[in-house]
Amino acid sequence: MPRKTLASFKVEYQQLMNEKGDVDEKVAAIDPEFAKRCYELMTLVRVFDAKAVAMQRQGRIGTYASVLGQEAAQVGSALALQESDYLLPTYREAGALIARDSPMHQLLQYFGGDERGSAYEEGINNFPIAIPISSQIPHATGIGWAMRLKGHKAAALVYFGDGASSRGDFHEAINIAAVMKANAVFFCQNNQYAISLPRERQTLAESIAQKAISYGVEGLQVDGNDVLGVHKAVSDALQKAYTGKGPTLIEAYTFRLGDHTTSDDAKKYRDPKLVEQWQKRDPLARLRVYLRQKMLWDEDYEKSLLERCAKKVEDAVVRYESTPAAPLTDMFDYHYAQLPQNLAEQRREVM
Amino acid sequence: MTVMNILEAVRDGLRQELKADPDVVLFGEDIGRNGGVFRTTDGLFDEFPGRVIDTPLAELGIVASAVGMAAYGMRPVVEIQFSGFVYGAMEQLISHAARLRNRTRGKFTCPMVLRAPYSGGIRALEHHSESMEAFYVHTQGLKVVIPSNPYDAKGLLIAAIRDPDPVIFLEPKRIYRAVKAEVPDGSYVVPLGRASILREGTDITVVSWGSMMKSVLDAATELQGKASIEVLDLRTLSPMDTASIIASVEKTGRLLVVSEEPRTCSVAGEILAQVAERAMLSLQAPPRRVTGFDTIMPLYKMENDYIPSKDKIMKAILDVVSY
Repeated sequence: MPRKTLASFKVEYQQLMNEKGDVDEKVAAIDPEFAKRCYELMTLVRVFDAKAVAMQRQGRIGTYASVLGQEAAQVGSALALQESDYLLPTYREAGALIARDSPMHQLLQYFGGDERGSAYEEGINNFPIAIPISSQIPHATGIGWAMRLKGHKAAALVYFGDGASSRGDFHEAINIAAVMKANAVFFCQNNQYAISLPRERQTLAESIAQKAISYGVEGLQVDGNDVLGVHKAVSDALQKAYTGKGPTLIEAYTFRLGDHTTSDDAKKYRDPKLVEQWQKRDPLARLRVYLRQKMLWDEDYEKSLLERCAKKVEDAVVRYESTPAAPLTDMFDYHYAQLPQNLAEQRREVM
Repeated sequence: MTVMNILEAVRDGLRQELKADPDVVLFGEDIGRNGGVFRTTDGLFDEFPGRVIDTPLAELGIVASAVGMAAYGMRPVVEIQFSGFVYGAMEQLISHAARLRNRTRGKFTCPMVLRAPYSGGIRALEHHSESMEAFYVHTQGLKVVIPSNPYDAKGLLIAAIRDPDPVIFLEPKRIYRAVKAEVPDGSYVVPLGRASILREGTDITVVSWGSMMKSVLDAATELQGKASIEVLDLRTLSPMDTASIIASVEKTGRLLVVSEEPRTCSVAGEILAQVAERAMLSLQAPPRRVTGFDTIMPLYKMENDYIPSKDKIMKAILDVVSY
């Protein structure tokens, strides 16, 4: 007997603003002032990022993972969140965290080897940075599931890379979130390389987005260097989550222009020509073209913006470097709500 | 008071907390309509609609979801069908559940409970019979609780669910139904971190917990008249009630630890180290351990030769007492 088609699928790609700064307002209406806000935040992220890399070189912080090239994916997604939503970052999320009000001096603190860097003040619902790849993805499932059980109009947005999509955590997380209709948005920044492994060696699939299909979840690929398009896709996915319609997987197609971390040298495994091609698709460049058309950008504005950003970053650096060291007893005091006897005894050894 | 076995006491503890706290939810594989593979959650699915939830078959996903849910302020209690299946979720326990409070300096916490039956002796399939409690005790940030009787099972479980930190609650499956006792109705707490003296004596302190406790008590009963045996039930392995162990050893002058774990780097070894550091001069005989072997847990034809027997325990007690 002939085979029958049980189901058929399509994987879509969405873009709002292309590399030339042209916009398709059929996808979404654009508020030029919002575009300007995105541009300013992305510039701040870029200035912070360059400073953090420089500070690592000077021995003023430890290993740092640059977000260069991914500013649109991070700022566009994080700006879609409302206050009660949760953001779950990896180590390459300085952009999303800055956009979501994580103080820059605390980011420096974290990369400077100080746990206080993840202790954000009340009201900033940003999870601590996750280092083990993909291990944070199912936390968004748990948080989003709890939000649904409690009837909260809130969602969890979790960040990860193309490499994470090969680990089991990713698959278990999306599957459980789908079955439980968790208020979760899974946001993959496919930056083409997991340290040295290119995307085509990570998976034979045409996209990361299509991996959602096997869990009965909507998957969408967006231009990750299109900040407004990313914002639109994540906003739509959050609305879906708030209204009990379950999770979404968004693949932001982008590129890591820098090294994996300050301990890495990408020249060893990546063709410089590829980097040049992606530099032409710089997420800030297209916004600049658009804003200039709207009379919202000129050289003077750029100059004063860069000065303002440098000042903000410098203030954060001063605050980080002038913060007194934590007492050694902090090493013991946060393991349990109540200090157990063995830790109380060992704590005395450092006093 | 109602006479219950350990399974029923665990179920009653879960019921009390489901009643008391709307943030408590149970989830895991087959725990809902089926009532769990050991029937521990039998009936709770109907009694608490929407709060006893069957999940897809995914241990990592179950434990990780609990981490997220707990960090969001709920009180998830997850069941892993056998402790031998927790390993897929070890990264979640070690790198997240145990560390969340510390790495955020208290901003986020992880008040979850992971329940799993442990230990051998029920002629189960491979991977269903290990006693690897030392893994969890070695992981700072977790609490580890193992009851040995129905009263403690209910009271410790209620305490574990109310605890502000993650608790690994290992259930002694060999004696799930073998030990029955009167259990108070309603809610009560057995505080975590405190050992209990199940039997007072003056010649030797025998420290044990969980599945081995029945054999230890049987051995002590059989040796009545030959040795005065103090039996200390550790109940919470982390944080450990070292003070109670030391006080007992200072009184009796002798120590035997009985556990089902592999011997090297065992919790039993830690107890001997603590006693050596703190009460060496009270000892009248070298301290001893009776444990499992440093072997892979054998399949069931040999499991009763692996698990310390009552006879082995009796011989060790007499050896230490007559040293």
